[in-house]
Amino acid sequence: MGQETRVLLVEDNPADVDLISEAFEREKVGINLNVVRDGQEAMDYLLGANKHTRPDLILLDLNLPRKDGRELLAELKEHPKLKIIPVVILTTSESEEDILVTYKLHANGYVTKPRNFSEYGKVIQGIDKFWFDLAKLPPQRNGNGPQIS
Amino acid sequence: MSIPTRVLLVEDNPADADLVMEAFEREKISVVIDIVQDGQAALDYLYELEPEASSQRPDIILLDLNLPRKSGQEVLAEIKADASLKTIPVVILSTSALEEDILGTYNLHANGYVTKPGNLREYSKVAHGIDDFWFNIARLPRSPSWRTYTDQDQKNN
Repeated sequence: MGQETRVLLVEDNPADVDLISEAFEREKVGINLNVVRDGQEAMDYLLGANKHTRPDLILLDLNLPRKDGRELLAELKEHPKLKIIPVVILTTSESEEDILVTYKLHANGYVTKPRNFSEYGKVIQGIDKFWFDLAKLPPQRNGNGPQIS
Repeated sequence: MSIPTRVLLVEDNPADADLVMEAFEREKISVVIDIVQDGQAALDYLYELEPEASSQRPDIILLDLNLPRKSGQEVLAEIKADASLKTIPVVILSTSALEEDILGTYNLHANGYVTKPGNLREYSKVAHGIDDFWFNIARLPRSPSWRTYTDQDQKNN
């Protein structure tokens, strides 16, 4: 690919945004991180995204203002073009119901937020090792990505 | 949790199945792996799990695409359309790096897509990548019936 992986972080809590972006930096996971603060802003961002701004992966908090994470997830996974983007839930909720419901709505994975900074390193490593090192992320096409010549 | 993660590996090539099993063993990743060799067998396996036997339910499915009887794409589509099975994460593990297979399976709600490596050493990386995310930090759905079953099981002991 040779291009930095683009991640869209949907998170309303500035302290969590800082913890997550610092953990990516500290673990030297080279990504291009964009942050939006609520579900509506996320949808607006994604609908307006072009090949330079469309994320390869979305990290999604659940409790968000305006449009919550579950609503946004449901909308994304029903959208003909956006449904292919992997969505990993990143939330404080350990509720069994939230886990089941979001997997039912086709979340690609579910991770609970750690309680301290050092544990964030492990979370970021786990995301990096599977999603950025190992997994094939959906290629961008139809004018939304690098064309195969 | 002391209960090991249960993996259903859907793979028709015995050599590939061995490579996957050996990689998890060699890397000392504690999993219970069941293997089925074609798409229809995978669905039979999943549908046959009665609620009271759902401790057998896999926590994650590793799914090859080119399979006899029913293809991986067909199996994936059925799992993700079934109200009970759809919550089980399905990670595609295929030799295909074709864009249409990657896009097609994400469209069918595959949870992830990994291409098969060429040798045992690289299989270790696959096992580790799966372990680091799916077994270490991800929360996997456990069905409520599974929970009830083990709770009762523990009370009886």
